Amino acid sequence: MARMTGKDMVIEALKREGIDLVFGFPGGAIIDVYDALEKDGNVKHVLVRHEQGAAHAADGYARATGKVGVCLVTSGPGATNTVTGIATASMDSVPIVVFTGQVPTSLIGNDAFQEVDIVGITRPCTKHNYLVRDVKDLPRILKEAFYIARSGRPGPVLVDLPKDVQNGKAEFEYPDEIGLRSYNPVTKPNAKQIERAFSLIRQAKRPIIYAGGGIIISGAHKELRAFAEAVNAPVTMTLMGLGGFPGTHRLSLGMLGMHGTYAANMAMANSDLIIAAGARFDDRVTGKIEAFVPKAKIIHLDIDPTSIQKNVRVDIPIVGDCKMALRGLLNIVEDEGRPAEDWIEQHQAWMQQIEAWKARHPLTYKKEPGVIKPQYVIERLYEMTKGRAIITTEVGQNQMWTAQFYKFDEPRTLLTSGGLGTMGYGFPAAIGAQMAFPDKLVIDVAGDGSIQMNIQEMATAMEQHLPVKIVILNNQFLGMVRQWQELFYGRRYAATKFEWNPDFVKLAEAYGAKGFRATIPEEVDDVLSRGLEAEGLVVMEFAIAPEEGVFPMVPAGKATTEMLLV
Amino acid sequence: MKHTLSVLVENTPGALSRITGLFSGRGFNIESLSVAATLDPTLSHLTLVTKGDDPIIEQIIKQLRRLVDVYKVVDVSEGEFVEREMALIKVRAEDETRAEVLRTCDIFRCKVVDVSPRTYTVEVTGPESKLKAVIELLSPIGIKEISRTGTIAMAREKKTA
Ligand SMILES: Cc1cc2nc3c(=O)[nH]c(=O)nc-3n(C[C@H](O)[C@H](O)[C@H](O)COP(=O)(O)OP(=O)(O)OC[C@H]3O[C@@H](n4cnc5c(N)ncnc54)[C@H](O)[C@@H]3O)c2cc1C
Ligand SMILES: Cc1ncc(C[n+]2csc(CCOP(=O)(O)OP(=O)(O)O)c2C)c(N)n1
Ligand SMILES: [Mg+2]
Repeated sequence: MARMTGKDMVIEALKREGIDLVFGFPGGAIIDVYDALEKDGNVKHVLVRHEQGAAHAADGYARATGKVGVCLVTSGPGATNTVTGIATASMDSVPIVVFTGQVPTSLIGNDAFQEVDIVGITRPCTKHNYLVRDVKDLPRILKEAFYIARSGRPGPVLVDLPKDVQNGKAEFEYPDEIGLRSYNPVTKPNAKQIERAFSLIRQAKRPIIYAGGGIIISGAHKELRAFAEAVNAPVTMTLMGLGGFPGTHRLSLGMLGMHGTYAANMAMANSDLIIAAGARFDDRVTGKIEAFVPKAKIIHLDIDPTSIQKNVRVDIPIVGDCKMALRGLLNIVEDEGRPAEDWIEQHQAWMQQIEAWKARHPLTYKKEPGVIKPQYVIERLYEMTKGRAIITTEVGQNQMWTAQFYKFDEPRTLLTSGGLGTMGYGFPAAIGAQMAFPDKLVIDVAGDGSIQMNIQEMATAMEQHLPVKIVILNNQFLGMVRQWQELFYGRRYAATKFEWNPDFVKLAEAYGAKGFRATIPEEVDDVLSRGLEAEGLVVMEFAIAPEEGVFPMVPAGKATTEMLLV
Repeated sequence: MKHTLSVLVENTPGALSRITGLFSGRGFNIESLSVAATLDPTLSHLTLVTKGDDPIIEQIIKQLRRLVDVYKVVDVSEGEFVEREMALIKVRAEDETRAEVLRTCDIFRCKVVDVSPRTYTVEVTGPESKLKAVIELLSPIGIKEISRTGTIAMAREKKTA
């Protein structure tokens, strides 16, 4: 066993955890770890321009790869700047580990320079966090931090490193195993519960699978598809579940909920059995809770017991990893060996009804000559990228149009802030994803409002030679809020109109990137093809219809069948 | 409905504030909370009295179990259990009321633990209902100060072998 400084332990732990990339921003309280990082030279560091960007980039990296994203910042303002990023990761169950510098332990509590109680501040928005008081504890804490971040229901973990702990020395023995008696997430689902679930599935006439982010987290997309096909059941996805089941599949109903498809919401409301897999019955999905799925029995597969029975009563809870649970269900289906035609016949009337709903109100929009419709931009983006890009989004209408009109066939191809709805997430997340996949096409679909929240990261992308493509749907509005004002606040556009925006093309050029702009529909294809083909960082700005809305829409607090349609 | 939860947590800095933060952050209610060491110095024992309908209590228990520092949660009020609370009550005891205070203490088996010319300080132990009764009886006489421990509880052992 070798004696080692705390700062070297951090670097050593990164390497043992297979982390070869961190996102960060230095300062006095973390300078020692930076020094160790530099001396070691094996872990790549991406210098961002704002610590929020570092947290989102680590998050984007984690969502795109399924691995833990890491970020490194200084004490005080460096630490507080990561809070939005940590809360974003927490709401969407993303594994990141955030290292923050801290004043020396002797000064903690003294209002020392750049001291902030970041462990206190982030307690409610981390899965767990640590203030390391003694360098002797550091190896264990480092091991636990990564384990907790990625296991069970993943989430952010923060490790606060006082300066004297960074420089103190202790024996370094990195534990092989975790000995956390108080933390033992259940992954293996109960076999009896799976059998009970199957007997409901066996009888259901109008089943629907409601798939969420847990499918993607657990890598259950293959099992989900095989199961849905085997029992011939339609699948709808939450925003976080998009890509967990192929959007182009005949059994896909697209997204459900507030801006979900008509067919998905009608099917949920009329179903007799809902199979919820890795989804948490968010209020954007349930609408008015009293009116939600009145006729259905509910099977709920989730690794986190708190997600179950939180918002709705569940008939068959199955706690555990949903990949294993779906595998279990599939095994029973296969063992039973019932002919496929029987399943098809059992759901025939149901599938016909669903087809009728799909045909009655498909996702659509009105074309207008001379005006670029945002949906058209996304449709063309989908067609020109053949659905093969990694798409990140900002928040607002841009996000919903993307969710509706880009068909995601593969998991981890849509990275979006669902739970917290963080404007400014998409671009740094795209940087994280592009760092992970240098050869993939990574596109941030942005609004003119959101992009300005972390636009400084253009310098980061340029510095790292990242060919991220930014599509700005510029409506000169905080469009999603404006839509609510239009519909529910008598068209009083309080503080949602941007009287001034920068020239995004020139701004791109100022950063050394390329910029293109389309102002009429005829220019859309040209800008997209030139922009997508251009090397390096590119901004494509589309001057879209300023008051275009996102439809369908379930007004807040209404039943999900009370949709406003195009 | 009132529930009494017995919670074992890792004896680490911050563990208690994770628990209280959970309650305030999620709008759960804490009627009383008491914490102390256990025989195992690495664990603390916490008795928490809370109120809510069944789904809320279910959420509270699951949310507590989800905390990385929480080792064990038992809803002792699910079965037979003993609960005790202690209060120190400083009550006005002037000439005409001194005897009445003592009489009340006697009935409830309270102990007088401090005496001054104008006050008695009374120690009362028992289930919350008993404390409530004593406080109600002493209130008209004049309670100057009161300090309560909050409830502690334990499940009863089975009476049959
Ligand atoms: C402007 C805006 C509009 C929105 N509109 C909509 C909308 O119309 N429709 C919509 O659906 N969403 C919408 N959202 C997103 C919404 O707020 C929620 O983020 C989303 O619905 C939650 O998705 P989810 O239920 O899949 O849960 P997630 O947040 O993805 O949670 C995943 C669930 O899976 C579980 N899990 C994790 N790992 C596993 C595992 N290994 N095995 C089993 N379970 C696991 C977790 O415990 C959790 O319960 C919108 C967001 C914004 C910002
Ligand atoms: C950080 C943050 N602040 C405020 C909001 C509230 N909000 C939700 S959508 C939205 C409008 C976003 O505008 P823009 O990025 O231009 O997107 P659009 O809706 O116009 O496509 C706002 C302000 C938010 N989600 N995040
Ligand atoms: Mg906008």
